[in-house]
Amino acid sequence: MADLKITNLHKHYSGVQAVRGIDLEVASGEFTVLVGPSGCGKSTLLRTIAGLETPDGGTIEIGGRVVNYVRPRDRDIAMVFQNYALYPYMNVFENIAFGLRARKTPQAEIETRVRRAADMLGITPLLERLPRQLSGGQRQRVAIGRAIVRNARLFLFDEPLSNLDAQLRDEMRSEIKRLHQELGTTMIYVTHDQIEAMTLADRIVLLRDGKIEQAGTPLDLYERPATRFVAGFLGSPQMNFVPAQLAQSGGGWAVKVGSDVSLPLPARQGDGLSDGRAIVLGLRPQYVTRANGSHRPGHERLGVTVELVQPTGSRAYITFPLGGVPIVAELESHDVQRPGERIDLDLDMNRAVLIDPESNRVI
Amino acid sequence: MNARPPFFRRPGIVLALRYAAAVALTVGFLFPVYWLFIISFKTPEEIFAFPPVWYPKSVQFANYAVLFKDGDAVTVWNSLVLAGVSTVIAMVLGTICAYSLVRFKTGGENLAVWIISQRMMPPIAIAFPVFLLYVFFGWVDSYHGLIILYTAFSLPYVIWMMRGYIEDLPLELEESALVDGLTRWEVLWKVVFPMVRSGLFATAVFTFVFAWNDFLFALVLTRTEVITYTVQVTHYFGGQSNFWAKIAAMSVLGTIPVFFTVAVLQRYLVRGISMGAVKG
Repeated sequence: MADLKITNLHKHYSGVQAVRGIDLEVASGEFTVLVGPSGCGKSTLLRTIAGLETPDGGTIEIGGRVVNYVRPRDRDIAMVFQNYALYPYMNVFENIAFGLRARKTPQAEIETRVRRAADMLGITPLLERLPRQLSGGQRQRVAIGRAIVRNARLFLFDEPLSNLDAQLRDEMRSEIKRLHQELGTTMIYVTHDQIEAMTLADRIVLLRDGKIEQAGTPLDLYERPATRFVAGFLGSPQMNFVPAQLAQSGGGWAVKVGSDVSLPLPARQGDGLSDGRAIVLGLRPQYVTRANGSHRPGHERLGVTVELVQPTGSRAYITFPLGGVPIVAELESHDVQRPGERIDLDLDMNRAVLIDPESNRVI
Repeated sequence: MNARPPFFRRPGIVLALRYAAAVALTVGFLFPVYWLFIISFKTPEEIFAFPPVWYPKSVQFANYAVLFKDGDAVTVWNSLVLAGVSTVIAMVLGTICAYSLVRFKTGGENLAVWIISQRMMPPIAIAFPVFLLYVFFGWVDSYHGLIILYTAFSLPYVIWMMRGYIEDLPLELEESALVDGLTRWEVLWKVVFPMVRSGLFATAVFTFVFAWNDFLFALVLTRTEVITYTVQVTHYFGGQSNFWAKIAAMSVLGTIPVFFTVAVLQRYLVRGISMGAVKG
C-alpha cells in the first residue's frame, strides 16, 4: 500500500503558483527524493505534505487517510529541517526527547528510545551537551535523532545537508542511506543537489515550475531522460547539447553536426524521424572517451582540437568545439596533456539522446 | 633610547583618568539617590541644618514608622498591584498579539505601525475623556479601572517590542515543534516564550516602570481607595511647609520595588536590550 498518495495538488502564494497539479504515490519503505532547481516547488510540496502549508486544491493521503486539513502533529510524520531546528535551551537528550514528551510518552520509554536513537547515530557521548556546543554535523545527527525516535510512518527531510561542508555532507549522506536501510521506513527527501538525489533515492521525482518533469529510478532518469531539462539536470559535468540535423545515411540515420561531421546512429525505430529535421544531440561527457584502436558498434570516432584541460585528479575534463558549441568530455587524466593538442575521441552514440528543439522533449 | 610617550598618553595615566571620569560620573548619578535615602533617616533639624549633614548621627526610622502608622505605606502596595497586574496582562496579551502579527501577518504591515502610533499620543490629551468614561462606568478609584488603563497604554509598546524579538526567531523551530506534536498554543508557551525570555523580561521591566511611575492618571482617576505612591507623595507638599522627611521616606519605599526588580532581572535586561539593539 502507498504510504503517501498525492492527487492533483495545487498550492499558490500571493499570485505565484508554487505547485501545479502534482500526482505522486510513494510506496511503503521507499526512499523518494524530490529534486529540482530553486523555486521548482519541491520544498512547498514537502511542507504541504507535512501540513505546514494548506493545499489550494487536490488531496494528500497518508496511510490511506486524507489529511488535507489535519494538523501536522496528527499526520504521523517526522521532519528534519535544513537549519537543524534544535532548541538552544535544551540539551541533546531533551531535544531528541521533545517529540516524545509532547506526546506524553512514559519517562522509561523516552529513556530507552532516546538512547537507542543516540546509539544508532553515534551521539551518545553528546547527550548532556547543548546544541551550541556541537559541530554542524553533530547538530544534524541530533536533528535526525529527533525524527527517528518518533517511529513515524513518514519521514520528511528538507535539504538537511545544505548547511554542511562538502566532506561532512558525504559522510551524512551515507549515514542517512544506512539509516534508511536499517529502519526500512518511508522517507521523502528534498534536495537541489543531484548527487544527493542520485545516491540516496530509490526513486527520484524531478520537479520544474511546480510540476513533475519526470519520476523514476535514478538510472532511469540518468539514462532515459524524458526532456532536455532532465538530461541537463542530472549528471556532472552536465550533458552536452549540440544543435544538429537528422540525415539518412546508408539505410539508417545519422546526426549531422555542422557541414563536415556526420555521426551515424545505431539502429532506431523510425518514429518521428525525418530527413533534415533539426534536433539537439545530447551526449554525456562520460560517454566521450579517448579513442583506442578497436571499433565497437555504435561508437564513432571524432578528431578534435582540445581547447581547455581541467584536471581533477584521476579524471580530466577537456573542452573542444563541435557544431559551434563547446563540448566537455571526461577523460582519464593522462589521456590529454595540454590545450591545442589534436586527439581522437570515441563517441558512444548508443547513449546519445536526441531532443526536439521545439518541445525540448527527447525523441 | 626609547622616547617616553607624552604624559597624558602613558598607560597608567590613561587608566587613572578613565577611572576618575567613571567615578565622577557615578557620583554625579548616585548622589541624588544617596541624598534622598539619607534624608529619609534624618531628624527635621538635620534636614535643614547648614552646613549640610552628610550622614545622620543616628539612623531614624521614625519617618518610615509614621508612614506605616498612618496607613500611607499602603499606597506603595496599590502601585505594586496596579503596575504588577497590568504588566502581566499586557505581557501575555501583547506577546500573543505580536506573535499573531509576525506569524499570521495579521493586519498586514500597517496594523503594527498603527498600533505603535497609539503610543505617541500624549496621555494628557485623553485624560479628560477617559475620566468622563470612567465616571460613566463607575470605574474611578478602582483597581480594575487603572489596571485596564495601564494595560491599554502598555500594550502598543509590548506588541512593538515583542514583535521585534519574535521576528528574529527561526520559523523552523516552531514548525519542528508543530510536527513533533505541539499545538500552536503549546508552541507559544514551550518554544516562543523560552526563546524570547530575555526580551520578555526587558520589555516587562519597562512596562512595569511605566505604570509604576505614572502620576497623571493616578491623580485624575483615584480618590481615596487606590491612591498610588506617586500621588501620595504630593500630599506631603503643603501650602505652608513641605514634609521633606515623609517625602523622602515615601520616595525610598517607591524606589525599592523597582530597584529590586531591575537588580533581579539585570542579566535578562542587558541581554534583552542588546538583542533589540543588534536588530536595529
